[in-house]
Amino acid sequence: MNAYEIVLKSREKGRPTAVKYISNIVEGFIELHGDRRFADDRAVVGGVGFLAGKPVTVIGIEKGEDTNDKIAHNFGCAHPEGYRKAIRLMKEAEKFRRPVLCFVDTSGAYCGIGAEERGQSEAIASSISEMIRLKTPALSVVIGEGGSGGALGLCAADEVWITETSTYSVISPEGCASILWKDSAKVAEASECLKLTAQDLIALGAVDKIIPEQEFSEAFFSGLREEIARFFEAKRAIPADVLVEERYRRFRKF
Amino acid sequence: MKFDLKKFFFRKPKNELEGAEDAAPQPAEQPQPIPEKLAEKCEKCGQIVLSADLEENFGICPKCGHYKKLTPRARIAMCAEDFCELFADEESGNVLGFPGYDKKLADLREKTGEKDGVVCGTAAIGGMPCALFAMDYRFQMGSMGHTVGEKITKTFEYATEHGLPVVGFVLSGGARMQEGIVSLMQMAKTSAAVAKHGEAGLLYIAVLLDPTTGGVSASFAFEADIIVAEKGALIGFAGPRVIEQTIRQTLPEGFQRAEFLQEKGFVDRIVERKEMKDLLGALLKVHSPAAEVQP
Repeated sequence: MNAYEIVLKSREKGRPTAVKYISNIVEGFIELHGDRRFADDRAVVGGVGFLAGKPVTVIGIEKGEDTNDKIAHNFGCAHPEGYRKAIRLMKEAEKFRRPVLCFVDTSGAYCGIGAEERGQSEAIASSISEMIRLKTPALSVVIGEGGSGGALGLCAADEVWITETSTYSVISPEGCASILWKDSAKVAEASECLKLTAQDLIALGAVDKIIPEQEFSEAFFSGLREEIARFFEAKRAIPADVLVEERYRRFRKF
Repeated sequence: MKFDLKKFFFRKPKNELEGAEDAAPQPAEQPQPIPEKLAEKCEKCGQIVLSADLEENFGICPKCGHYKKLTPRARIAMCAEDFCELFADEESGNVLGFPGYDKKLADLREKTGEKDGVVCGTAAIGGMPCALFAMDYRFQMGSMGHTVGEKITKTFEYATEHGLPVVGFVLSGGARMQEGIVSLMQMAKTSAAVAKHGEAGLLYIAVLLDPTTGGVSASFAFEADIIVAEKGALIGFAGPRVIEQTIRQTLPEGFQRAEFLQEKGFVDRIVERKEMKDLLGALLKVHSPAAEVQP
């Protein structure tokens, strides 16, 4: 597959969204709503549960499955409240020394009047800033589109994994083609140039592991669950200040 | 034989050694570079203003009050004393091998005489020592690629090590798309350095200038203890054109301007350019560890 085919695949209908990952990987998931400030943003789904028998906080950017569901979840484009909900849940996880698991799938943070009025920039900036200094292990898995700052808000983790046909990019190839070349037809070319595929990202060090996809079967999810559990188990023993310093160095290398 | 004056003086060159007419200096079209511009047109009101007047007036149009964008060095000269530049040699190339980016960078370096879009260092503002950085609109509207992110990160690390507050003059259209994921990672890298500086109990003042949007706005611009905005600055996550295209409606007057952000609770103060230096000095003084410092 070339880069543009992967871009299309990452947005494909029927691809498992965050709630599917959560229900297949986290046992006894209890959803927790709201940012305690303004609203409950359904583009971000979060809560607590167990992963391989250990408590975990899980946060996902949810695109929705059918049309009504997509509308309800605003097509996975979070408002500031979504990031503020994520921050609140991460801080709660930190308090109880629970690891944080994020599933990221968004074309980007929502851009609109309300989002600007309520400080989209501040919300994303705070989410990055809080997550990157979180005194508990954090892992992010990009499961579809990792769209720019809206994705990074939940990717300031100890490690960032990506499924095989997902992308992670500073801008959509459409945006890049239209801004740089004033030609939205050059999307395929932009997809190549942006180096947004899992293979490119691992070479650049922006992601740490590629999750093979093949099919989204039960075996896929249980395999992923085991890998995540192993990752958190390894991180659990590390003192919080060391963990935070290692995370600093992970991002410092760029 | 009649001497044809016209033919003698205005003859066509016989060969290229005599020089083509086109190559002759044509003052009307190719003016000699004048070391200092005498006059310029205000980008807002369109009136001609004397450059000396403009400079004396902090880059504010004497006719309409429009704030002309300032280069980082002009900004630093206006707001700080004893500037000592740091990390001046920092530069990076075309990290992704993005088509056309090498040339773009070379052109910008040639045009501006700067290596990239930020100038960093230490200085004193109102007698208070600080580290500072100032972003450059001439470099792809202050877009953040590796060099910009690295220099700002180093400024915060230096300030943390030396116990200095940071004053950041923020101006950026966002991440530098030609550096792809590497530019996105600068948001995380700078954010981590800002957070560490804050954990050391040190002050960071962000001065948001026109424009502050995109990836820079969604990282270190909004992570400061004190966020002031220069009067009239455009500040937001998405640019107004992108929003208009997304929601298919015209945005209200004043949307995403500094005054709008203050009204919505996202900036501490609007500051007029002429008062910038005094305000920054006063803020640094209030936050100074020396308790006996008088206002």
